[in-house]
Amino acid sequence: MTLNIEDLHQIAKIEQDTQQGFQHRINVCVAAGCLSCGSGVVKDALAREVGKRGLDNWCQVKGVGCLGLCTAGPLIALEVGGRFYQGVKVADVADIVEALGASPVDRLLYPDDSAFFQRQLRIVTENCGRIDPERIEEYIAESGYEGLYLALTQMTRQEVLGQVTESGLRGRGGAGFPTGLKWTTVAKTVDSTKFVICNADEGDPGAFMDRSVLESDPHRVIEGMAVAGYATGASQGFIYVRAEYPLAVKRVRMALSQAERMGILGNNIFNTNFSFNIKVRLGAGAFVCGEETALIASIEGRMGRPRPRPPFPAEYGLWEHPTLINNVETFANIPPIIRHGGKWFAGIGTEKSKGTKVFALAGKIVNTGLIEVPMGMPLREIVYEIGGGIPEGKRFKAVQTGGPSGGCIPQQFLDMPVDYDSLMQVGSIMGSGGMIVMDESSCMVDVAKFFMEFCMSESCGKCAPCRVGTRQIYDILCKITAGGATTEDLATLEDLCDLVKHTSLCGLGQSAPNPVLTTLNYFRDEYLAHIHDKKCLAGACKTAKEVS
Amino acid sequence: MSHHPKGKLRTDLNPSRLLTFKIDDRDVSAREDESILEVARQNGIAIPTLCHLDGLSERGACRLCIVEVRGVAKLLPSCVTFPRQDMEVITNSERVVNYRKKILELLFTERNHVCSVCVSNGHCELQNLSVELGVTHVRYNYLYPEHAVDASHSRFSVDHNRCVLCLRCVRVCDEIEGAHTWDIMGRGITSKVITDLNQPWGTAETCTGCGKCVQVCPTGALSEKGKSVAEMIKRRQFLPYLQMMRGRQEESWQK
Repeated sequence: MTLNIEDLHQIAKIEQDTQQGFQHRINVCVAAGCLSCGSGVVKDALAREVGKRGLDNWCQVKGVGCLGLCTAGPLIALEVGGRFYQGVKVADVADIVEALGASPVDRLLYPDDSAFFQRQLRIVTENCGRIDPERIEEYIAESGYEGLYLALTQMTRQEVLGQVTESGLRGRGGAGFPTGLKWTTVAKTVDSTKFVICNADEGDPGAFMDRSVLESDPHRVIEGMAVAGYATGASQGFIYVRAEYPLAVKRVRMALSQAERMGILGNNIFNTNFSFNIKVRLGAGAFVCGEETALIASIEGRMGRPRPRPPFPAEYGLWEHPTLINNVETFANIPPIIRHGGKWFAGIGTEKSKGTKVFALAGKIVNTGLIEVPMGMPLREIVYEIGGGIPEGKRFKAVQTGGPSGGCIPQQFLDMPVDYDSLMQVGSIMGSGGMIVMDESSCMVDVAKFFMEFCMSESCGKCAPCRVGTRQIYDILCKITAGGATTEDLATLEDLCDLVKHTSLCGLGQSAPNPVLTTLNYFRDEYLAHIHDKKCLAGACKTAKEVS
Repeated sequence: MSHHPKGKLRTDLNPSRLLTFKIDDRDVSAREDESILEVARQNGIAIPTLCHLDGLSERGACRLCIVEVRGVAKLLPSCVTFPRQDMEVITNSERVVNYRKKILELLFTERNHVCSVCVSNGHCELQNLSVELGVTHVRYNYLYPEHAVDASHSRFSVDHNRCVLCLRCVRVCDEIEGAHTWDIMGRGITSKVITDLNQPWGTAETCTGCGKCVQVCPTGALSEKGKSVAEMIKRRQFLPYLQMMRGRQEESWQK
């Protein structure tokens, strides 16, 4: 089956007409967060209730991807009227259906003027919470695969590369490498076999952006990868997703088979001479496999261990062929860039960080969930307006960005714009987008210890500084929180951090000391209080004296 | 030619291209496919190494051979870094020497390296490196892990207390002997070299008993039975020879 643009429009039209045929549409979030607090049962109950009342042709109940406000789950959205119901239970179902077209159920209503929904700018997550991730038709109805069609039929490879470069998009996996430059490099290699890999091995504690995008809008990532395949000259793609994301894996596989059936993946896509296939590979739970060379080793069936770079995967990657590796969110940005042009994208964000960024808000914050904001939004706005501030009236202490490779940003930088370079300046990184908020009850030494324990147990053990160094750092941090450390230990700690940072083989080791270094920099008094006064300023650690 | 076995040949480097660059302010010449380490050693410039062994593939993992390159912020492992025209390499700055010492100290804390009762005392690469670099004490806490000795093999024994995880044994067994008896299990600080599927060496069916692993081991982790303290001297003469023969064989296959 070979589609053309008329077919796409036809599918879109049928889908839109069907949607319009309903007076009311109830969208139930069925991403992992809401699903785990029972949204699946709620959805079934709603459908039953609607059926029982014979309203099948009047009201549609469908499962959609992440609505963002995970803290209020199970969350449902009424598309007509734009209302949100939070914490819905099966017992509420009758009232909800009853209230359709009448005044809403007040006790469930989430205030619709809330900054959480008003202040976001959705590009990557534009379809999240609106379409059924398990139906390709709904994606097509939202202009899905139009970008790929445009790229294949009306643009040369060079033009696609040009648009991506012009957009100023930078890698969303953490380091922020310019995507256009990476694509152009792979496109320039002369090998006839090339690969495109989507890195969905999201492993940072507290981060779930990639999972959410894959669960809510998997076709967007597939489209981005196909465009990348066309632009770089690759015909085979791999999605490397961690096995701990069973729902994302299921939806990606479903999406792949739907796209294959429609001829959007496979041979001679859209009647052109471009062929592209995607396979799914599962990660077995090693954080280090998010590092590109370890990821490649893992796909090849070898142990997931990083190797020294250069040569970079762009010239020497999967099975020794040139390989393009981008993060889920990076690929998800591609379809709108192709549809609206690079210039449009470059108009959003700051001078050096373009577009939007998806963040996973977690920790001591009222609105835990997934948000997407334009680059350059001040941290204060994210925490206090969209995030709703700190619960129980406690005082803000720090934000941890970038996971175990990132750092803790203290209060004095709250008005800092959130973009790649500003975060780098204060010693943290953008990372994949985890944002863990901490209040006055969090001990920063304990936080550093938590992340170091993570790095220690996730270190692959290949290079000596990371393997032994992270363990030594962890031991010293334990000693400090237990109130048994001396000033010399603090000096050794700093010395070890410097060593591990500068001599480790891969990014994991090189960035592992960041949480310790930033907390030492901004919260040194807490370290000193543990050491000199055997006291935890936040009251979180039990020192040796208290324990005994 | 820097021959990395098992398809590890760097196809992006052209052995017929020559270049000149500087190591420690000395002008040296190199083929494009010669690593900085190789060129330094040809010119009598010593760079300490532990996981590197001529004739085995490179891992770039012990980080002892790190060098500074002028204009590059990162420290680069010289065993897997290839020179560029007019590159300026510094092998012995105070900064890298200090880092090397600290890495050695970390290795000493990782396992139980008790030289006085070790079969390799006096012939140990870890010990020799420490002497060369002037490591007089260890500033970090010893971890004192519990590790067993496996003496189930009829001729050899493995003492994990002395292992530095250089994986020379794994590589020589896989790349030269072709048996792949050795491998590694676990990760991070819990990594451990194993025979077959972590069974006693004596019961490992793939082991040919060739003893190459014992001879390439830099410390007393692998030794021949019957050797007492300081008696285990490793003989590595076979490696370059085998490597050369393998090279010839591969060339004849390609014809």
